[in-house]
Amino acid sequence: MQWFGFKRTIKLGIKSLWMHRLRSILTTLGIIFGVCSVIAMLAIGEGASRQTQEAIARLGSSNIIIETVKPPQKQTDSGSGNTVISYGLTYADAEAIRNCIPNVEVAVPIRQLDQQARYLNRKLPIKLIGTIPWYTEISPISVIRGRFLTSIDVEYRLNVCVIDEKTARDLFLFDDPMGQDIKIYGSYYRVMGISSSTIQNNHSNSFGGSNFETSDQAIGYVYIPVSTAKIRFTEFKASFDGGTSSRERVELQKITIKVQSMEQIIPIRNVLQALLENRHKEKDYNIIVPLELLKQAAQSKRIFNIVLGSIAAISLLVGGIGIMNIMLASVSERTREIGIRRALGAKKKDIIFQFLTETVLLTLIGGLVGIAVGALIPFLVTRFGNMPTVITTWSILLSFGISGATGITFGLYPAWRAANMDPIESLRHE
Amino acid sequence: MPIISIKNMTKTFQIGDVRLDALKNLDLTINKGEYITIMGPSGSGKSTMLNLLGCLDTPTKGQYFLDGQDIATLEDDLLSKIRGKKTGFIFQSYNLIAQLNIIENIEVPMYYQGMSETLSKERAEELAEIVGLSDRLKHKPSELSGGQQQRVAIARALANDPVVLLADEPTGNLDSKSGYEILEILNDLHEKGKTLIVITHDDRIAKLSERTIHLLDGRIDKEDNNKR
Repeated sequence: MQWFGFKRTIKLGIKSLWMHRLRSILTTLGIIFGVCSVIAMLAIGEGASRQTQEAIARLGSSNIIIETVKPPQKQTDSGSGNTVISYGLTYADAEAIRNCIPNVEVAVPIRQLDQQARYLNRKLPIKLIGTIPWYTEISPISVIRGRFLTSIDVEYRLNVCVIDEKTARDLFLFDDPMGQDIKIYGSYYRVMGISSSTIQNNHSNSFGGSNFETSDQAIGYVYIPVSTAKIRFTEFKASFDGGTSSRERVELQKITIKVQSMEQIIPIRNVLQALLENRHKEKDYNIIVPLELLKQAAQSKRIFNIVLGSIAAISLLVGGIGIMNIMLASVSERTREIGIRRALGAKKKDIIFQFLTETVLLTLIGGLVGIAVGALIPFLVTRFGNMPTVITTWSILLSFGISGATGITFGLYPAWRAANMDPIESLRHE
Repeated sequence: MPIISIKNMTKTFQIGDVRLDALKNLDLTINKGEYITIMGPSGSGKSTMLNLLGCLDTPTKGQYFLDGQDIATLEDDLLSKIRGKKTGFIFQSYNLIAQLNIIENIEVPMYYQGMSETLSKERAEELAEIVGLSDRLKHKPSELSGGQQQRVAIARALANDPVVLLADEPTGNLDSKSGYEILEILNDLHEKGKTLIVITHDDRIAKLSERTIHLLDGRIDKEDNNKR
């Protein structure tokens, strides 16, 4: 078989397939559904996984986050009434971390309060973040206008603030917020800068671009110096638990640490844990390592891919068996044609090539249609189901390759059967 | 000059436990340009003979030289090659390929010899003209009459300019008028120097040939020389 005969073999294959249109279409359906489901499932899985990874990445992959959590036994203790429960991270903790742990780039204390901001007669519920200038290092926010907090702001406990875009938009409407004062809990704070919103939407690269809002995004953020927050806002909070009231005292909600390099995350985490265990009698904190979460996400994605791969393999196996079945029927139906071709000089490998070409054509066409339909499904899912989906190039190449391989695998035996028929017997076949 | 030379050829079929000698110790020589008919009752070995002559099968014993080449010991690929190049088959039931049009049907043997598409197309058109079907090139076989289909089959058999044309009852499925036309074409080919071997039941066809071989039980029963 010369190579210039290849084009003619394909032409011939298409002709033979076209002669039995309905049968060819029905045969490819197995492959179409298989490929289509692979593409669609991969796209949805990839979309979900990217969403998680982005959420984790937003925490900062070189960060370690320590959160204040209410220790469980304190809740049961609180029956006695007006006791003050003091727990959580303290300024001293932040200081200790800064002083005792090597290779820490920054340790950022974060005080977080739910407050209301006022400007003129407008009110807006906000999250008030008391922090230090290095907050921008550990958070994905960036300053759009003006400046972020400075050491001087912190040093002199100035009443200054940086507001995020959402707050600027909702509180000031058309006014320029820069240099204006906003009122929070009885004090005025001058707006020194505007930052980008905390949660960014990075899904624009996904199919159709899903712009769903998370609950975090629905609220504005205002940043003030942590020292200012310390003198302006009480650390006590009343809580009501089963009819009895108790008061809680929490200094810091969070300390976020940025380490110098990724390899140091785990060692530093361990040192950190030892330090905090020493300083806290109870476990009233929680250490989160985004990098570990990322690894877990990657792990679960791998499991998902294995499950998906098995499903895809099974569906393509079923499709392949269907194709083999039809090709065997086709070979026995075309016995006479095979005999004629052999009598006219076709070698065994010519016959193998002819039937293999037909099968591979069938599966490749099925693969292409499957890819087209499979690409449509994630689009619809994104459009109507509000889920991010990502169609990766490799998933397309993979399914196309697999459908071709299915064609070869399941086409080989029928083709071999066709080639090994006795030409004389075949010619006699009615 | 002998184009076909068969010496002591035997073909044995094993069907279950039964051994069947379809051809027994056959000797035959056919010269270039001869017009031979083979006759005989069913089971006499005509078809086996034709299959062997057409290189579709190899003898169990003996020698077969086609155009100077020993066929008896060739393996499948070479046999296919020689079959396509040196022999041309004309079947009783035409045996055209249904999904191909006339020109493509004629091209099939050239395709398997590796001829380029442009060349084979040109040649196929010439051949269609010879058998008088130049106006039907794009038709499918099912759109043609039996006689026309057989003419396509003849054109196809001539595609690689074979040394011998083998016809198995070429007029068996045709009415007498179409059959006559086919015989005319065969006669023309003979006159142009083609070697023809035709299997037939019809004495009148046998009379048209130069030599008639009568087969009986796998042996040559008698030979008639029809030349005057």
